[in-house]
Amino acid sequence: MEHIAHDETSFVRPAEVGEMELYHAKTWLGKYVFSQDAKTIAIQYAATAIAIGMVALVLSWVMRLQLAWPNTFTFIDPAYYLQAVTMHGMIMVVYLLTALFLGGFGNYLIPLMVGARDMVFPWLNMISFWVYFTAVVLLAASFFVGGGSTGAGWTLYPPQAILPGTPGSETGILLMLASLAVFIIGFTMGGLNYVVTILQARTRGMTLMRMPLTVWGIFVATVLALFAFPALFVSAIMMSLDVLLGTSFFMPAIMTMGNEADHVGGNPLLFQHLFWFFGHPEVYIVALPAFGIVSDLISIHARKNIFGYRMMVWAIIIIGALSFVVWAHHMYVSGMNPYFGFFFATTTLIIAVPTALKVYNWVLTLWQGNIHLTIPMLFSIAFLLFFINGGMTGLFLGNASVSMPLSDTLFVVAHFHMVMAVAPVMVVCGAIYHWYPKITGRWYHEGMARFHFWVTFVGSYLVFLPMHYLGIMGVPRRYFEITGTSFLPDSAQTVNASITIAALVVGFAQLVFLYNLIFSAMKGQKAPGNPWNATSLEWQTEHTPPQHGNFGKELPCVYRWAYDFSVPGVEDDFIPQNVPPRSTTSEAAS
Amino acid sequence: MSTDTMAVDSLELKPGIAGFMDDWGSDQRAFKGVPWGKAMMWIFLVSDTFIFGCFLASYMTVRMSTLDPWPVPSEVFALSFGGAPIPLILIAIMTFVLITSSGTMALAVNYGYRKNKWVTFWLLFATALLGATFVGMQVFEWSKLILEEGVRPWGNPMGAAQFGSVFFMVTGFHGFHVSIGVIFLFIFSYKVARGHLDDQTPGWFTKRGGNYEEIEVLGLYWHFVDLVWVFIFAFFYLW
Ligand code: HEM
Ligand SMILES: [Cu+2]
Repeated sequence: MEHIAHDETSFVRPAEVGEMELYHAKTWLGKYVFSQDAKTIAIQYAATAIAIGMVALVLSWVMRLQLAWPNTFTFIDPAYYLQAVTMHGMIMVVYLLTALFLGGFGNYLIPLMVGARDMVFPWLNMISFWVYFTAVVLLAASFFVGGGSTGAGWTLYPPQAILPGTPGSETGILLMLASLAVFIIGFTMGGLNYVVTILQARTRGMTLMRMPLTVWGIFVATVLALFAFPALFVSAIMMSLDVLLGTSFFMPAIMTMGNEADHVGGNPLLFQHLFWFFGHPEVYIVALPAFGIVSDLISIHARKNIFGYRMMVWAIIIIGALSFVVWAHHMYVSGMNPYFGFFFATTTLIIAVPTALKVYNWVLTLWQGNIHLTIPMLFSIAFLLFFINGGMTGLFLGNASVSMPLSDTLFVVAHFHMVMAVAPVMVVCGAIYHWYPKITGRWYHEGMARFHFWVTFVGSYLVFLPMHYLGIMGVPRRYFEITGTSFLPDSAQTVNASITIAALVVGFAQLVFLYNLIFSAMKGQKAPGNPWNATSLEWQTEHTPPQHGNFGKELPCVYRWAYDFSVPGVEDDFIPQNVPPRSTTSEAAS
Repeated sequence: MSTDTMAVDSLELKPGIAGFMDDWGSDQRAFKGVPWGKAMMWIFLVSDTFIFGCFLASYMTVRMSTLDPWPVPSEVFALSFGGAPIPLILIAIMTFVLITSSGTMALAVNYGYRKNKWVTFWLLFATALLGATFVGMQVFEWSKLILEEGVRPWGNPMGAAQFGSVFFMVTGFHGFHVSIGVIFLFIFSYKVARGHLDDQTPGWFTKRGGNYEEIEVLGLYWHFVDLVWVFIFAFFYLW
């Protein structure tokens, strides 16, 4: 190999801008409560999201208990059941997964992985968390107001969402709408930060095509969120006005409880369009960060470069773009021109192409890799299994004609839990274990983690696989109880009971997880700075956990992509991104 | 895509459109020379465009789906001077005021970059006053509709109930944007006059040093609010 100059300036361009100004808080409040350090904000986001997520988990128990043993638990009445369904769904999707992936992982990983000292606007970032926190408080408050929280379903379809007779139509629905609007405002503050940090504050040598896929996934998901949440924001405003001022945006002339309601001439379908214009991209807001993170986990723990990096990046971008033109596949039974149904079925099936590409690439990365069955790797494999399963059933639901009989059955519930609930949760768990040594500087307890993995993995399958069968038999979703039907055999009830037992076990396993996280943060074994021999910048920091400002005196310079694993002719099986070329290839060649 | 460690042929980037792809392929910044605040404002404005886009799409949808006749804008929004009603006269003046304020804003940005403190101050202040005038006229328009014509968000004597609903909602949301802009224009007039941007005085909350680029960021927002008004004007008053 020809001689390469031993001088970084021949590999990376000089710095374009000076160092970022950081505000170092002096007070306790400024350091831990109103912290402007993205890493602290990340932990605040994650802790809040997981805390409210636990509420959603308990609500899933409520539903399951009722479905398995109807009329045994007297505290569950039909209204309460519907409220549990609604709050469970909304919390899980928006307040847990969206907040955790973007606010939690985004805040922690983006600056570290692109080599920035912090987000570009730390103060705004701090406000973003507190606005999110306010949204969570508003949401939680709706459990305690008169009439309780809303029971309209997480899709909040009018007219029923705001008519008397639906639980929570007194105040619950308003608190829900207000909370969503506040959430979106807070998210926008954070999201702008993430996008600008990635576009404009990378370190020297960090080109877009050298960024770890984690950053790509979070980046595109954030862009989707910035363009999709507006539709939800607008519909939340309009529905609030329908409730508060008696306008008729979504409300047609309608009889309710024997009286004519005060509304006239509104359009309920308009809400559905707005909601799903947000709602479908939302699926990918949750999925894309998971795609990105799992790519990195698989590559690192299989000691192999990710297969088809560029293809992976473009697949993320194309999926993101397409996700804005498929929304009405959620409305096949709402009444639509058949040509529209045809259009949306086509676009939906086209998304399967880049998605399948990604799955092949993950499998090909594993192929002949040096697979270490570490906890993050186990969760990554579990993700693949759930995601492939959910992707398959997605093909059924994407076809308008096949979807119609399956619509509003447990088949749908099984599908979306596989693909957008359990699969991303697998990645969340894997990612937490993966970055835990960096975030806390300590190891988690391996035994507890393995227990957590196996129970969650097997248990979740036992919960959601049988739901497909129940759905095909015709068991509807969002039903408190099914009695006096002849189409269901008695065994359906047995299946329901077994699902509930599995769900309870899975739920309790999460307590082990939380215990492990909290306990190990204080008592765990000390972890080294780069325990997985990973290449990306967050593992090359001077301190573990990284301090305010992330890196030492000098920002790292990046010379290569993040996937230099098992490079032939190099002694170590990995080369960190900030190792200059001369110290590896040229040495090896000489 | 092997390991990507070869020395780059030339680390120089090309200027102009030819260099656009180079910039995206390069490190550090995708938009060369664009400060963070400006990039952030642009992205925010795209997001805000989606909000107004959804509002306008919803307006069109409810206007199509309601069964009652839609009130005629040129009659509803007419003012009479000495007996003869002049259609849309108030809106014409409002639009004129707002467009003028865009002009003063653009000049303020220009003089800001020349570090001409007092001219910048007066232009910003004028922009703020024009914006406040716009809001004031909107208040007048609303009170006339509510008090004299009996238009309410939930109904009106002229026709479809949705007329009042969308009108108050969308112009209200736009007016809210203008008001926020006016507040920031006053704040920045103060900062310019006190020399905060010349001395890079740390911001009250952000603790970051001030500079004249912030005027341009504010200008972007202000022009956007103007542009949205043009659409609202077309869709609400001319359709
Ligand atoms: C232990 C794990 C979980 C269990 C046992 C569980 C169980 C359930 C059940 C029983 C339903 C209601 C079915 C019906 O009656 O219609 C449901 C609905 C739902 N779940 Fe889960 N779930 C779990 C985790 C998650 C997660 C992680 C998400 C995140 C995306 C999620 C999102 C949803 C959504 C969006 C709905 C629909 C709510 C609605 O119909 O309005 N779930 N879940
Ligand atoms: Cu969808």
